[in-house]
Amino acid sequence: MRQVFRHAAFRNPSVLIGGGILLVLLIVALVAPLLTEHDPGTIAPRFRLRGPSDQFLMGTDMLGRDVWTRVVHGARISLLVSTVVASISISIGLLIGLVAGYIRWLDGPMMRAMDGIMAIPGILLAIALVSLSGASLLTVIVAIVIPEIPRVARLVRGVVLSIREEPYVEAAVGLGTPTPKILIQHILPNTIAPLIVQGTYICASAILVEAILSFLGAGLPPEIPTWGNIIAEGRAVFQRAPWIILFPGGFLAVTILAVNILGDGLRDTLDPRMKKRLGA
Amino acid sequence: MLRLVLSRLLAAIPVMGVVAIFVFLLLRLSPGDPAAILAGDTATPEIIAEIRADLGLDRPIPEQFVTWIGQLAQGDLGKSVLSKQPVTMMISQRVEPTMSLALTTLIFAIVVAVPMGILAAWKQGSWFDRGIMALSVAGFSIPVFVLGYIMVYVFSMKLDLFPAQGFASIRDGLPGFLERIALPTVTLSFIYIALFARITRTAMLEVLNEDYIRTAHAKGLKERVVLVKHALRNAAIPIVSVIGIGFALLIGGVVITETVFNIPGIGRLVVDAVLGRDYPIIQGVILVFSGVYVLINLAIDIAYVLLDPRIRY
Repeated sequence: MRQVFRHAAFRNPSVLIGGGILLVLLIVALVAPLLTEHDPGTIAPRFRLRGPSDQFLMGTDMLGRDVWTRVVHGARISLLVSTVVASISISIGLLIGLVAGYIRWLDGPMMRAMDGIMAIPGILLAIALVSLSGASLLTVIVAIVIPEIPRVARLVRGVVLSIREEPYVEAAVGLGTPTPKILIQHILPNTIAPLIVQGTYICASAILVEAILSFLGAGLPPEIPTWGNIIAEGRAVFQRAPWIILFPGGFLAVTILAVNILGDGLRDTLDPRMKKRLGA
Repeated sequence: MLRLVLSRLLAAIPVMGVVAIFVFLLLRLSPGDPAAILAGDTATPEIIAEIRADLGLDRPIPEQFVTWIGQLAQGDLGKSVLSKQPVTMMISQRVEPTMSLALTTLIFAIVVAVPMGILAAWKQGSWFDRGIMALSVAGFSIPVFVLGYIMVYVFSMKLDLFPAQGFASIRDGLPGFLERIALPTVTLSFIYIALFARITRTAMLEVLNEDYIRTAHAKGLKERVVLVKHALRNAAIPIVSVIGIGFALLIGGVVITETVFNIPGIGRLVVDAVLGRDYPIIQGVILVFSGVYVLINLAIDIAYVLLDPRIRY
């Protein structure tokens, strides 16, 4: 696996570019307090709605807070939410997909349940969950995870269905290997490459959905500086102070772009069949 | 044909059932008292008790479910907490702007993206092809609200070409309608143009290697005829199915676009409901949109058979 990764990183420009941008962003998020002399929450009414300048790199918002400071602190939330969402939804989806794909009588009911969840627009489902249980980091993560689970489950189930017919699996069954061992030793490794690719796309979508939820007022509490919250606060004064929206918006777009490029690169190197299918 | 429609309808029932159970349990299993949530933040204990009795929330869960499904089957989605109006009525009043935006977006995206995808496949590997592919990655990555504000900034604040906000009904005249819906449509279609162009290109590439395309070329048909009549018709299936997948994205996008451009549609209704903690509206919109999603997918399954007689169910 490590060799595959090294191979991917050195051979594929998409992985380098996407991964490089993300690495920079990760460092920015980690050292956020060192990159600014302001505090993300300090209100300074006499500096309100200042345009970008040497003192305020990206201007200030309607409460006089420094937008650059809030944007770099917002990067922490985005990266945290995306990695947590990706790991949880992949773990749960993997479990459901393995069981549904291998245990025949559970396949029908489980996949119908997944179809049902997929029929509910993800954003609306997330909005409903947050408005029912209140705005907190945990609720937002759960709200983004639930709509992602069926996608992972479907993907894993598809892999399981094709692998279970392979001679080496049949041989293991014939030798009387217990089902859990077959699942873990023979089937699980085949799901890793597609799941890494899928996980990257989930990260992109989680960053986006978190920002959308905050933007719509159904995300993290407004005092936490997330990109979506900064943009939401800039809505009322957009005509006077467009920088409040355009800068965090730009960060959001570049981050999602970087994750998507990384995902495309990983897909092309880790899963050549997929590349052929997409004609890319 | 009738059998096909019936069997597809039957297959849609369990999906809708899961949606209904899920939405039902969402309120009952969420932490906190559902009656208090439905009553809103300002309710007194008496109002909460009244709502609890009204909705039967004090009775056992299975009994509640039967009552709830019964009301749902009659098209009763409950009443708004704030305005006390039936949710069905509030949604139906907001359908027009949302439908208008969804339809103009779909039409615009298809009209722009399908030719782009065809040309990219035809000139595979050219700068045009690469440009389209790069654009499509960008299209997936720019969040719709960020793009919306960029559009407002450029076309409405700097160039002063379009109004930044609002909606005008098509019944009050086409020019006014188009002027108001242009920016939201272009904003929302960006991601669809990316999606449709990409899938059209892929589907066309697969078909262009087929023997019958070589035959069509060999008998001296014009390039345009080969591309549209022979290739596109056979590439149509994946394109149509992606339009179905796109619909799920469209719903999320509509909610956001309506907020950016202040369009009084269903999306705005949901966002206002979130701010007012008006849960029955959120729940009603979820049920309606999920139903529409299932119906669209049903229509697409049927469209497959009409497009390609080889597909049998």
